[in-house]
Amino acid sequence: MANIISDETIEYVGILAKLELSEEEKEQAKSDMGKMLDYIDKLNELDTTNVEPMSHVFQVNNVFRQDVVANGDDRDNILKNAPGIKEGAFKVPKTVE
Amino acid sequence: MAKQYETVIGLEVHVELATKTKIFCGCSTEFGGAPNTHTCPVCTGMPGSLPVLNKQVVEYAIAVGLATNCSITQYCKFDRKNYFYPDNPQNYQISQLYLPICRNGGVEIDTPAGKKIIGIHEIHMEEDAGKLIHDEWEDCSLVDFNRSGVPLIEIVSEPDMRSAEEVIAYLDKLRLIIQYLGASDCKLNEGSMRADVNLSVREVGAKEFGTRTEMKNLNSFKAIARAIEGERARQIELLEEGKSVTQETRRWDDNKEYSYAMRSKEDAQDYRYFPDPDLVPIMISDEWIARIKAAQPELRTEKLERYKKEFDIPDYDAEILTSSKHMADIFEATTELCKKPKKVSNWLMVETLRLMKENDMEADDLKFSPENLAKLIELVDAGTINSSVAKEVFEEVFKNNIDPDKYVEEKGLKAVNDEGALRATIEKVIADNPQSVEDYHNGKEKAIGFLVGQTMKAMQGKANPGMVNKILKELL
Amino acid sequence: MSLMSLTAVELGKKIKAGEVTVKEAVEAAIAQIEKTENRLNCYVTVDKEGALKKAEEVQKLIDNGSLTGPLAGVPVAVKDNMCTKDLLTTCSSKILGNFVPTYTAEAVVNLEKAGAVILGKTNMDEFAMGSTTETSAYGETKNPWNVNHVPGGSSGGSCAAVAAEECSYALGSDTGGSIRQPSSFCGVTGIKPTYGTVSRYGLIAYGSSLDQIGPVAKDVTDCATILEVIASYDEKDSTSVKREDYDFTSCLVDDVKGLKIGIPKAYFGEGLEPEVKKVILDAAKVLEEKGAIVEEFDLGLADYAIPAYYVIAAAEASSNLSRFDGVKYGYRTEDYEGLHNMYKKTRSEGFGAEVKRRIMLGSFVLSSGYYDAYYLKALRTKALIKEEFDKAFEKYDVILGPVAPTTAPELGKSLSDPIKMYLGDIYTISVNLAGLPGISVPAGEDSKGLPIGLQFIGDCFQEKKIIRAAYSFEQTRTYKRPGMIEE
Repeated sequence: MANIISDETIEYVGILAKLELSEEEKEQAKSDMGKMLDYIDKLNELDTTNVEPMSHVFQVNNVFRQDVVANGDDRDNILKNAPGIKEGAFKVPKTVE
Repeated sequence: MAKQYETVIGLEVHVELATKTKIFCGCSTEFGGAPNTHTCPVCTGMPGSLPVLNKQVVEYAIAVGLATNCSITQYCKFDRKNYFYPDNPQNYQISQLYLPICRNGGVEIDTPAGKKIIGIHEIHMEEDAGKLIHDEWEDCSLVDFNRSGVPLIEIVSEPDMRSAEEVIAYLDKLRLIIQYLGASDCKLNEGSMRADVNLSVREVGAKEFGTRTEMKNLNSFKAIARAIEGERARQIELLEEGKSVTQETRRWDDNKEYSYAMRSKEDAQDYRYFPDPDLVPIMISDEWIARIKAAQPELRTEKLERYKKEFDIPDYDAEILTSSKHMADIFEATTELCKKPKKVSNWLMVETLRLMKENDMEADDLKFSPENLAKLIELVDAGTINSSVAKEVFEEVFKNNIDPDKYVEEKGLKAVNDEGALRATIEKVIADNPQSVEDYHNGKEKAIGFLVGQTMKAMQGKANPGMVNKILKELL
Repeated sequence: MSLMSLTAVELGKKIKAGEVTVKEAVEAAIAQIEKTENRLNCYVTVDKEGALKKAEEVQKLIDNGSLTGPLAGVPVAVKDNMCTKDLLTTCSSKILGNFVPTYTAEAVVNLEKAGAVILGKTNMDEFAMGSTTETSAYGETKNPWNVNHVPGGSSGGSCAAVAAEECSYALGSDTGGSIRQPSSFCGVTGIKPTYGTVSRYGLIAYGSSLDQIGPVAKDVTDCATILEVIASYDEKDSTSVKREDYDFTSCLVDDVKGLKIGIPKAYFGEGLEPEVKKVILDAAKVLEEKGAIVEEFDLGLADYAIPAYYVIAAAEASSNLSRFDGVKYGYRTEDYEGLHNMYKKTRSEGFGAEVKRRIMLGSFVLSSGYYDAYYLKALRTKALIKEEFDKAFEKYDVILGPVAPTTAPELGKSLSDPIKMYLGDIYTISVNLAGLPGISVPAGEDSKGLPIGLQFIGDCFQEKKIIRAAYSFEQTRTYKRPGMIEE
C-alpha cells in the first residue's frame, strides 16, 4: 500500500470533519483511506498539464436574483425542527469560554 | 541603545452592503427585528435549500472596486470556506478565494509626510454570519440568523500601513468612498464596517516582515488605535525578551486594552476552500463595467470642488460638509429646498457641529430632515422668528426633528411685528431707564444694546430685533 | 389483475376516463404495500392517511376538469432525500431521523401540480452513498426478484417499490448511477436526465455538481411522461438550465433506422459478467436488425472516471453534510461537554460508516496541501472525460452499454470491500461527471433470473434520442414482473 495514513492524519481529519472515531474505527479509517488514495492515485497516470479544472460542466453564467424582498417572517417554520430553542433562537452549548 | 521598531499593518475590512435583501435569498437585511424573523431555508442552511446570487451585490462590489482603482475579475466564482461554528448555518461560508471580484487596487491617503498609496490586494464578496447571544442564566448560547447571509465585501489591503494614524486615514478614505457610492453606510459602531488588523513589527531597516497576528473585534476608530498600540507593544516585548511572535488570531478587549489569543485545538484553520457547485460563475463584460462606471455618483473630491465653485463655500467648510455623505446629503437637500447654500452651510458648520460635539455624535448619526432645516431658515429669513429663538428651535430640530412651523406656532415663539405693541413697550423701557437714555445721548452707542435687551426681555424674546432697533432710534 | 400492474400512464388514463377512482388506485397501492412491504422494506415512511386524503382532493380536481394531465391521481413514491412538507424526510440516516421539512422539493411540487398522490418516502443508501441500499439506517431493501439479493442503490427503495408494484412509479436521484443501477437490478426503467434539467431545490445534496432527480417506472413511456412533468427551469436552483424542449413524450417512436449507436470497447473488458455481456450484445443486434447503425469505438479514460468521481463526490459531500450538526434540525446527541464535543458526538452517532468514510475522504482531499494533488486533479480529469464524450457524440447519436458489470449481488456481500463496490459504478459514473443523460431499460435476465438492464447514454440535452432508442428496443420485449407479486 503506497499511502500510509498516520494516526495524526486521522486525528486531524476528525477535527476538520467533526467526527469522533473509536480506536477500532480509526484503524479501519486509516486502512480504508489508504486504499482509496492508492486507487485515486491512478489519476496520476494522466497528463493533465494545461487542462483547466472543470468545476461546472455547462457554461451557465450570471444567474441572478433581483434585490427585492420576497420572504416574510417564517420563524416558526425555521425553528420547527430545532433540537433546542429559547426566546426565538436556536439554543446551543455556550460558544465562549 | 534600544532597538528601533517599525510597525507593519495590513487591514481586512468587512463592509455590509446596502442591499435590501440578503446575498443568496430574498430575506430582508433590515437591522433589528426579533431573532430569526428575517430568515428562510436558504439563510438557515436547511437541507435541500440552494443559494441564488443577488445581482445588486455584484454591482456594489464592482462599483467599490472601480472607485478604489482595482481591476475587475471578469470571470469570477464563489468558493466555500468550510468551518464549524453555530453562527454559520451550513458550516461553510460562501466567499471568494480563488477568483475574487476585484484585485490590485489602492487608495491615496494624506500622512504628515505627504501623500501615500495604500495598496488593495483584493476585494471579495461573501455572506455574513448569524449572531450569537450568550445566555448567562442558562450557560448556553442562542443563535439568531437574521444577519446570516447579509452581503459583505471584504477589502484586503497590502501591508502598507505603518501607524495607527495611517490606518485611520485609510479607513476614513474607504468609508467616504463607499458611503458616497451608496454601497454601504459604513458605521463602525453598528458593525456595518468592521476592520481586522494584521500587525507585525520588525527592526527598522529590516527587509523581511515579522510574524503577524490578526486582531478582531475592533468597533471604533479609537479601539483600533488602542489595539494597534497595545499589540505593537506586546510584540516588541516578546521580541525583546528573546521570544517569538506566534501567528494567530487574537481578540481585542477594549476595556482591558489587551488582546487574547482565540486559538483552540478544535480550530484547525484549514478551510478547505473549493468552488461552490451550487453557484455558477459570474462573467462581467466590459459593457457592464462601463455601465457601472457611468452610473458612479459624485465622489467626495468632486463634490468638494463643486461646493467651492457652485456655492462659493470656503475650503475648510467644504471639507467639513463633505466629510460624511450624510452631512453632504443634508446640505444639498436643504439647499435644494431653500436655495440658500450659505445659510444652510452656516447652520451645519456652527450650530450642528456644536451640538454634535456636545452630544458626542458622528455626522452619520444626524437625524433631522432637510425639510425642517429649510423651514427654519425660511422662518428666520421672513423675520417670523429672531435669531436667538431660531437657535432654540434648531436644538429641537436637531434632537427631535420637530416641524419648526408647528413648533413656533404652538410655543408662541413668533416675533412680534405689531408696531403699535412694540412702540408702547419701548416707550415704557425708555421711561424706565433714563440713565441709559442719557448715556446714549452722550454718545455711548453701547447703551442702545442695553435698551434693546430690556425690550426683548419685556417681549419674552419674541420681538423682531430689526424693528426694535428702528423704533428705539426713532424714539430716542 | 391489480390496478398496480398497470403502467402509470395506463392507470392515469383509466382514472381520467372515470373507470377507476383515485381512491381505488391509492387503495390498490396500499394493499400491495401491505402485502409485500414486510418482505422488501422499500419505504422508510408510508403516508397512508395523507395519501387517502390527497386522493379525495385530486379526485375533485379531476372531476371539475382542473387536472387533466396523464399522471393525475396516479400514486407515486418519492426517494427519501427529497424534502416533502410535513412528511418525514430522513435520507435514510439517523441524523435526520426526526426531520420534517417545512417545504417541498421543486420536482415534487411539479408532480403535485400534475395531480400525483404521494404514498410515502422510499428507502435509500444513507445520503445516497452506496450501491446496494444496505447503508440505510432503517434496514436494507430487498430485491423483489430474489429477496436474498440487494435491489441496488442508492435509489433501491424506489426501484424495488416500482418492481414490486408498491407504487405506480417513483422518483429517484442519480449522483453516480443511483437511478440506473437499481433500475437494472430490479428490472425497471429509469432516467438520469441531463444535469440542470430537473431542479435540485429541496433535494438533500450529496454531490451537488453530479446530483439529478429522475423517474423510475415500468416502461419508457412512463419515464418520458414523468420527466416531462418534473423537468422545469427553476429560479431557485442556479444550476437549473432553461431548456427549449420539455416535450419528451414526443419522441416515443418505434424507429431507430439510421440511428448511430456507439458501443465503447472499454465497457466490455475485464469485470463484466459474461451473462450481462451477452444480453447487451444481443440487444445491440436487435437494434441493428431494426435499422440502427451499431459500431464499436474507443471511449478513452473510462478507467479514470471512478477515482475522479470519488474525489469530487466525497469533497462536495464533506461540505454538504457539514450542516448536520445538531443545531438546527435532526439528531442531537444526549450527553456532551461543550460545543465541539456536541458536534463530534452528534455526527459520529448520527452518520453511518459509509457516510463517515466519504466525509473523511472528502475532508482530506480538500485539506491544506492536498487540494491540488487530489481535488484539482480530479476536476482536470473530469474535463478530459467530458472531451472524450464530446468526441464520441460527434460520431454517434447514442452510446450503448451495460448499466452495471453484474446483476444484483447477494445481501451482505458488498460493504466489506468498498473499492470493489465502487468499481460496480464504472459504466454509470462518467455520465454524471459529464452531466449527460442516461437511461436504463430491462434487457434480459441472468441464469438466476435476476434482471439485467442496458444503458443508453446521450449527449447533453439529447434525452429525446435515448428515449427513442430505449422505446424502440422496449418494443421488442414484454415487461416481466417479479414472481413474488403474483403469489
